[in-house]
Amino acid sequence: MRAVMPPPVLFRRLLALPTPLRVRTFSVLNRPQPNYPGHVPLTYIEKAALAVGSAFGSLRDPYRHDLIASLGEATANPYFLPRLHRAMLSDPTGRRILRDKPRITSQSMRLEELRKMDDGTVGRAYAAWLDREGVTPDTRDAVKYIDDPEEAYVMQRYRETHDFTHAITGLPVIIEGELAVKAFEFANTLLPMTALSLVAVVRLKPVERKRFWDIYLPWALRNGLKAEELINVYWEEELETNVDVLRARLGIEAPPDLREIRKVERDKRKAEKAAVESLRNA
Amino acid sequence: MSTFAPQAAKRLRLSLPATTRQWTCRACAQQRAAFSSTSRSSEQQTTDRKSTRDEGTTHFGFSTVAESAKASRVGAVFSSVASSYDTMNDLMSLGIHRLWKDHFVRSLNPGIRPAFAPSGEPRGQKILDVAGGTGDIALRHLDHATNINRDSHTSVIISDINPDMLAEGQKRFKQSPYNRDGRVSFLEANAEDIHTIESNSIDLYTVAFGIRNFTHKDKALREAFRVLKPGGVFACLEFTPNLSNPVLNAIYKRWSFAAIPLIGQIVAADRDSYQYLVESIERFPTQREFMGMIKEAGFLIPGERGDGQEHVGWEDLSAGIAAIHKGVKPA
Repeated sequence: MRAVMPPPVLFRRLLALPTPLRVRTFSVLNRPQPNYPGHVPLTYIEKAALAVGSAFGSLRDPYRHDLIASLGEATANPYFLPRLHRAMLSDPTGRRILRDKPRITSQSMRLEELRKMDDGTVGRAYAAWLDREGVTPDTRDAVKYIDDPEEAYVMQRYRETHDFTHAITGLPVIIEGELAVKAFEFANTLLPMTALSLVAVVRLKPVERKRFWDIYLPWALRNGLKAEELINVYWEEELETNVDVLRARLGIEAPPDLREIRKVERDKRKAEKAAVESLRNA
Repeated sequence: MSTFAPQAAKRLRLSLPATTRQWTCRACAQQRAAFSSTSRSSEQQTTDRKSTRDEGTTHFGFSTVAESAKASRVGAVFSSVASSYDTMNDLMSLGIHRLWKDHFVRSLNPGIRPAFAPSGEPRGQKILDVAGGTGDIALRHLDHATNINRDSHTSVIISDINPDMLAEGQKRFKQSPYNRDGRVSFLEANAEDIHTIESNSIDLYTVAFGIRNFTHKDKALREAFRVLKPGGVFACLEFTPNLSNPVLNAIYKRWSFAAIPLIGQIVAADRDSYQYLVESIERFPTQREFMGMIKEAGFLIPGERGDGQEHVGWEDLSAGIAAIHKGVKPA
């Protein structure tokens, strides 16, 4: 019994396609060896199913950051993650980051030391933001579904520096703030997950949604396009830079302080309620 | 076919040929897996090979681990899946697991009809449900005994090695009348050593979807033999490594290895535990081999005739996705 072989010309043409588009030669019963620790090679159908499942899952429960992560990984190829990788390779600092491959964890970013830094520095702003929002650098999931190890690092770096983006823009970790940061990241990195996560705007309250359309979305798109690629910022070296100086260098305007706006609105509503109560009791 | 075109055979081969597979766990560890393992397993293999040269090794899914480590690794898996266990079962089997469990309990017919009970004090049956943490089988036993056989004295001991799974079971039974009447009790124990249960004291020993996780299945079978009364019944509901129909088997295998870990990732945020679950199904002995193990422990297999003519000593469910094995302790 002869094994059936595909015609040689077609086979060669298929092999000549760029890596992400090359026809899969494995089935789920015979996965290839992982390319890096934690790597899980997926077939196209699995990636598509993961993308759809993660999209709906994270819409239902926005606290499932692991689903947002897997949505990002499932939709990053064929074009978008390699584009980001190329953007890193075209910049000298980006190339240094790719050579050093630094990781941001609670060990590499010691909060106690960051808190001691001068006011107005990136490190202080980062520590202050982490404390204010009650998060740590350890909450980022490891990249699993990207096949190329270097692209996997680019994705991991994007994920780990997301908090720095929050820190220098000052946007809080509530859904409103996250959506503004995601819109900014879409304009800056072009990753499809950032655009897809904007669907969560349907979960905002009407007053929040109006704020998003009027203030934060225009700010995000304008600044994301205008700014330098944030993936190329060597944050570990910028910890002592002044935040305003860094923002000016990158070309980012500070957005209106979202927590302040919300506080003012909350106080106004409380004052109005108190006024109505006192009128009723009078 | 493997001699003519090894590559094609490797791609088409859906499982190791039966002749090379033995149900002794140690032998599995020495075989190269037909399927690629997850990266965690390949890391585990290098570290374990160094440290466990003297100690026995066994399989954990497709990885090889020290025997002493398997129970805690399995423990970690089940602690992780405990809270979403029922939801995940529904998703993985498309709800069919409920039909399997219903049929399993119904075919065992727990409980003694009052008309057939021996005269004097109604005793009811003592049932032991092993690896039954979340209590879904135990609840079925009690419901069947109480409602179908009108036996309100039958009691169930739910045993599980994992306290988180037992906690889920306790939650399930909290408001139930069985709890009030003391007809259900919970025991945290390793099925290989349930010394707190006296020998010859159990009427019915059931284990559903648990035995494939045991480090030493033969020890568990011997314990089952010990605690059962003469004439007592051992019943096991478990997944099988292969379906009888090769086309269905191909589809089923692809569903197991692609969809189930994916559902685990999306619903339970835990791909690795569900990858372990499907790999552990793959590692389980075939129905015939498992029947052999049950016989070795001393049980008589119903359906086998003494004249040597072997009838099927197990019951396949859903084209062989799961199977019910039964054994009777000789009087």
